[in-house]
Amino acid sequence: MAAPIISEPAPPPARGYWRSNQMRFAPWLFLAPGILFFAIYVIFPIFQSFHISLYRWDGLGEARYIGMQNYERLFDDPAFYTSLWNNLRWLVLYLLAIPGGLFIALFLNQQVRGIRLYKSLFFFPFVISQVVVGLVFAWFYNPSIGLLNPLIGLFGFGPVNILGNPNTVTYGIIAAGLWPQVAYCMILFLTGLNAVDPEQVEAARLDGAKGWKMLWYVILPQLRPATFIAVVVTVIGALRSFDMVSVMTSGGPFGSSRVLAYYMFEVSLSEYGFRMGYGAAIAVVLFLIMMVYIAFFLWRMWREERGV
Amino acid sequence: MRFTLTSAAAALALTTALAGPASAELTGDLRIFFNDQNPAPRAAMEGMVERFQAMHPDLNIELTLIDREANKTQIRNYLTANAPDVNGWYAGNRMRPYVNAGLFEDVSDLWDGPMGEELASTRPALTLDGKQWGVPYSYYQWGIYYRQDIYEELGLTPATTWEEEIANCQAILDSGLKCYTIGTRFLWTAGGWFDYLNLRTNGYDFHMALTANEIPWTDDRVRETFANWRTLLDMGAFIDNHTAYTWQEAQPYLVNGQAAAYLMGNFLIEPLRDAGMTDDQLGFYQFPEITPGIPKAEDAPTDTLHIPAQAQNKEAARAFLQYVASAENQTIVNEVLGQLPINSNAQVADDKFIQAGFEMLSNATGGIAQFFDRDADAEMAAAGMEGFQEFMVMPDNLDAILNRLESVRQRILED
Repeated sequence: MAAPIISEPAPPPARGYWRSNQMRFAPWLFLAPGILFFAIYVIFPIFQSFHISLYRWDGLGEARYIGMQNYERLFDDPAFYTSLWNNLRWLVLYLLAIPGGLFIALFLNQQVRGIRLYKSLFFFPFVISQVVVGLVFAWFYNPSIGLLNPLIGLFGFGPVNILGNPNTVTYGIIAAGLWPQVAYCMILFLTGLNAVDPEQVEAARLDGAKGWKMLWYVILPQLRPATFIAVVVTVIGALRSFDMVSVMTSGGPFGSSRVLAYYMFEVSLSEYGFRMGYGAAIAVVLFLIMMVYIAFFLWRMWREERGV
Repeated sequence: MRFTLTSAAAALALTTALAGPASAELTGDLRIFFNDQNPAPRAAMEGMVERFQAMHPDLNIELTLIDREANKTQIRNYLTANAPDVNGWYAGNRMRPYVNAGLFEDVSDLWDGPMGEELASTRPALTLDGKQWGVPYSYYQWGIYYRQDIYEELGLTPATTWEEEIANCQAILDSGLKCYTIGTRFLWTAGGWFDYLNLRTNGYDFHMALTANEIPWTDDRVRETFANWRTLLDMGAFIDNHTAYTWQEAQPYLVNGQAAAYLMGNFLIEPLRDAGMTDDQLGFYQFPEITPGIPKAEDAPTDTLHIPAQAQNKEAARAFLQYVASAENQTIVNEVLGQLPINSNAQVADDKFIQAGFEMLSNATGGIAQFFDRDADAEMAAAGMEGFQEFMVMPDNLDAILNRLESVRQRILED
C-alpha cells in the first residue's frame, strides 16, 4: 500500500477509521514486535517468578501453594545474608571501575604514535568472555601453580590462598570482575572525551585552570552523560554478577562467595538444587533491590528529557 | 489409544526380553544419552553399543555422550521434554526426584528374571518404593591409595586400626610430608572422608539412618565422628589450601611425593598411571577400623542406566538394559572401565587395584553405601558437604555447622 504518511485532506465522510487514526497507530505498530518480546521474555517472567515464589515445587512434580513461607525461611537463612552482604561488597567495590576507567581514558586520550593499539589493548579484557576472565584469574590465584604467589613473594609477602579463604575470596573475584569492567568504563569515557568542547578547554586554560581544577570544573561536567551510563552499567553489572562466581569458586569455600544471583541458581537449578519456589523468592528479592536503582535511573532520565 | 499401544509394547518387551535379547527382532530408533565423555567410559559405552548393534542390525542406535557434570543439570530437561530411550544416572537417593516425578520407567519386570539374581548385590541400591528403576553396569571401591615406596622408606605398613593410622600419619608428618592429599573445591571429596569416618565410628546402620534424615545432626554419635576427624585436622594431616583445588589438582601432591595417601574412588588409578606412577609405587588399603567390632562397610558408588518414562522405544531400551546387565557385557565393559562388574557371573579384570577392591567389597560384611551425595537427600547432601568443607578449614565452627545441618534436616522433614 502506497498510502502517504501524511495523508492529504480528503472529504471527511469518505475517511475510514484506519485512515483517520493512522498517525496514532503507526508508532504502536512499529513498537509491537519489541513490546511483544519484552512482554514475553521480561515482563511475564517477572510475574511468573512472583507466582512461583509462593509455591513449594521441585521443578518436576506437583507444585504446592505455601503462601509466604519461602520468604519467611529466606529471612532465617544465613546463606541468604551472606549472599546479600557479598552483593553489597560487589556493588561498592565494583564502582571503582568508574574512576579507574576515567583515569585510563584520560591517560590514553592523547595523540601519539600507535595510540589506537594501546587503546585496543586496554579494551581487550572487555572483549573476552567473562568465563575466560574467571578461569584466567582462578589460575593466577591458584596457590600451587598460580603466578600470584611467586609475584608477591618477590616483595616479601607470604603465600596466599585467595579463592580458598572465606575472608578474601569475594575480593579476589571482584578484582577479576573489575578488569573487564574498567575497560568498559574506559571506552565510555573515551567516547565522552571526544565530545568535550575544545573551546571551553581553551577558555579555561586562558583563565589559568589546570590539573585537578581543570578536570573537576571543566572536563567532568562535560562527561556527565558518560558517567551516568558508566554508573548504570556498573551497578547493574555488580548486582547480576554470576558468571565469575560460578566459574571461579562455585560459591565456595563453604558458600562464602555466594551472591544472590548465584544462590538463586544453586537452590533451584544446580546439581543438588530442587527448590524452585525458594529460588524464585530469591529472584524476587534481587529484583526488588535492582528495582530501586532502575527506578532511580529511569526517573533521572525522564527528568532530564523533560528538562531539555 | 496411545495408552493401550504403549502397554502392549511393554508387554511385548517383557515377552521378548524373557525370550532373550538375541532372538528379539528390534527395529526403529534407540536413543541413548550416556553421562561420561572421558576416554575409558566413552570406549566402554561405544563398545557396548557396537555389540548390541551387531545383535540387532535393524535397530538404528543413536548414542549421545554428555559431560558428566553437565548431565547432572540437563537430566531434568531431557527427561521432561524430548526424552531419550536410555539415559545414564546414579543409584540410591539420587534417583528419588525423578522417580517421585514419574520420569523414570519402572523396570522391576527385568529384575524379576534371572537377571535379578545375578545383580542381587545392588538390588537395594536400585530400589525405591519397592520397585526397581534402572540397571547397574559398573561400580568401584573407595579406599586409601598410598605411596608404597614412601611407606617402605619410612618403615611403615598400612594401618588396620585407627591408632595405627594416627601413628603412621605422625611418622609421615615428622618426615616433612603430609599424610593425605585432598581437593575440596567441589566439596564431594570431603563427603568421602565423612562417609568413612562415620561408617567406621558408628557403623552402616547409623550412617544410613543419618543420611535418611532419621537421626539429628546434633546427636553425640555424629560429634564422635567429627572428633575423630578433628584428631587428623589438629595434626595437620591434610595438605594446605585444599579448598582451592579440584580432586585432579590434588593429585600432583601424591605423584610428587608431597603427600603419602589419598582417600578416593578407584577412578583415581587411571590418571595416576597416566602421570607415570607404577604399581610398585602405589598401593591400596581398606579404611582402618575405628570403633572395634563394628563390621566394616564400604562406599561403592554404582553407575546405572535408566529408561525415561517418556521414552519412545521402550522395547528396544529394555532389551538394551538386559544386554547391559549380562555377564558377558559386564566383563568386557568393566575391563575397559577399570571398575568392578555387578553381575556375579562376570569376570573381574586381572588388575592389582580392581582385584583388591573386589576382594574388599566381597567381604564387606557391614554393608555397601553409595556415597554421601547419593545416599542423602539432594538438599541435605549439598548442605552437608559444604559443612564438611567448613569443618576441615574451621573445626571450631562445629557447633554452628551441626546446628545448621540440623535445621536443614528439620526443614526437609517438614516439607
